[in-house]
Amino acid sequence: MRLSEESAAVQVGPEADVVVSSRIRLARNVAGFPFVGRCSDTQRNEVITLVARAPLGQNFGAGLTWVNMAQTSPQERQLMVERHLISRHFADSTVARTVGVDAEESLSVMVNEEDHLRIQTIMPGFRLPDAFERARAFDQALESAVDFAFSSRWGYLTACPTNVGCGVRVGVMLHLPGLRYTGEMERVKRAAKDMHLAMRGFYGEGSEAVGNFYQVSNQLTLGFSEDELLRRFTEETVPQLIDYERSARRMLADTNRALLEDKVHRAVATLRAARLLGAEEATKLLANLRLGICLQLISDVSMELVQRLLLQVQPAHLARIDPGATDEDKGRVARATLVRRALRS
Amino acid sequence: MKCDHCDKPAVVHEVVIKNGTTSEVHLCAEHAAQKGYQVPTAPVTQLLAQFAGQIPAVQVSARREPIAAARCPGCGLPFADFRQTGLLGCPACYDAFMPQIGAVIERAQAGAVHHVGRSPQRLEGMADRVALRKRLMQELETAIAAEQYERAARLRDQLQGLGDVGGKA
Repeated sequence: MRLSEESAAVQVGPEADVVVSSRIRLARNVAGFPFVGRCSDTQRNEVITLVARAPLGQNFGAGLTWVNMAQTSPQERQLMVERHLISRHFADSTVARTVGVDAEESLSVMVNEEDHLRIQTIMPGFRLPDAFERARAFDQALESAVDFAFSSRWGYLTACPTNVGCGVRVGVMLHLPGLRYTGEMERVKRAAKDMHLAMRGFYGEGSEAVGNFYQVSNQLTLGFSEDELLRRFTEETVPQLIDYERSARRMLADTNRALLEDKVHRAVATLRAARLLGAEEATKLLANLRLGICLQLISDVSMELVQRLLLQVQPAHLARIDPGATDEDKGRVARATLVRRALRS
Repeated sequence: MKCDHCDKPAVVHEVVIKNGTTSEVHLCAEHAAQKGYQVPTAPVTQLLAQFAGQIPAVQVSARREPIAAARCPGCGLPFADFRQTGLLGCPACYDAFMPQIGAVIERAQAGAVHHVGRSPQRLEGMADRVALRKRLMQELETAIAAEQYERAARLRDQLQGLGDVGGKA
């Protein structure tokens, strides 16, 4: 599939110093079919046809590009994981499945993930209401053509019973170096747990918070409306986390400026000089460069460039830019060259 | 629900409320015994007698789960498979595997037991929203009568949430 050079993943949005991106995910199942794990491949294909052929109306312009996952290479699937268009579980699954993506790559619809439908929207920066509206518009457009499994008691029914209710996950990808370097992260994690929020790493469940990027999302989906959930995130949870992070950065700047400047300038020096760079190391260094830009310690590199590089240093993106990066060693050379050249001017 | 320490099914479920914070413990028979919990194989009266006079500062409840259907009549999924994977086979599993599924949801959703919010357009405004409101009101009364204030607060929140989606009874 053709992936956009200007995908939502490389853009910079509101409150970008802390909020990298805003994400909404809806879980839905088509009524009249078993859940994905219990479906035959014929049934899974029927679900794909039902969804992909549903008329979506004018809101979705030219509609979505549907990609049959069985016809993709492992590298293409990895590329989509790196762009957060599909989940790792979906990439690795072997059942009949397809993903629909819009031209801006802000909307992706996985068909036959754990549930029949995982509708996801991503917007750069802190734009949860926009992301939510787009997801809801797609949900409603689809709903006029397809019946979803629903019970008045439990709400939207999901394969995993702990996801029932409104079936909505509201999430933000946050950059929290201040809280990490001030040693406050454990306290924040405990508070998040008490508030029934999940804090995960760069690529979701089970992944590490490389570069101090954290995904924060709701764990509860039952007992309140999706509007209330969105309101809590937009007006309370995320602004509070933004405030904590900014205060931590201010505190560091006041009390331990040398540490902060060292982290940033050491990262910039390494990125500009290294001849070998692994994906994880590059992510960590670029994250510190990102922090330097936010703190106005670095003025000759744009945030847009850092966002783009954060994506391009990931293995599948690197292999697409430099087809010579066929193994890990060559990849390390290619990655260092790419970053050095990008930061030269 | 699996044991906190292994993959065996949990038979002891404990909710600890200490200094205003709530935490949960789920243990299989073996780990429950290791940790000194009474696995309730004895008659209730005998258990009550044992508890009398030695109730600690925390609230302890231990019970055996009632048995759900062995298989879902809708898709044939054995209940044992759900235990293993945590995934249901079809919408009918929700009814077939009650009350266990209800307990799993209640635990995972911090005590919430009813959907509040949007319904598919085809169901919006239907009479079942009114019925839900009525049921929540009854549960709230029961909770208050039983002095279960935490549960009552959650039900009240759900009722308030229901207010703006219509269905005023």
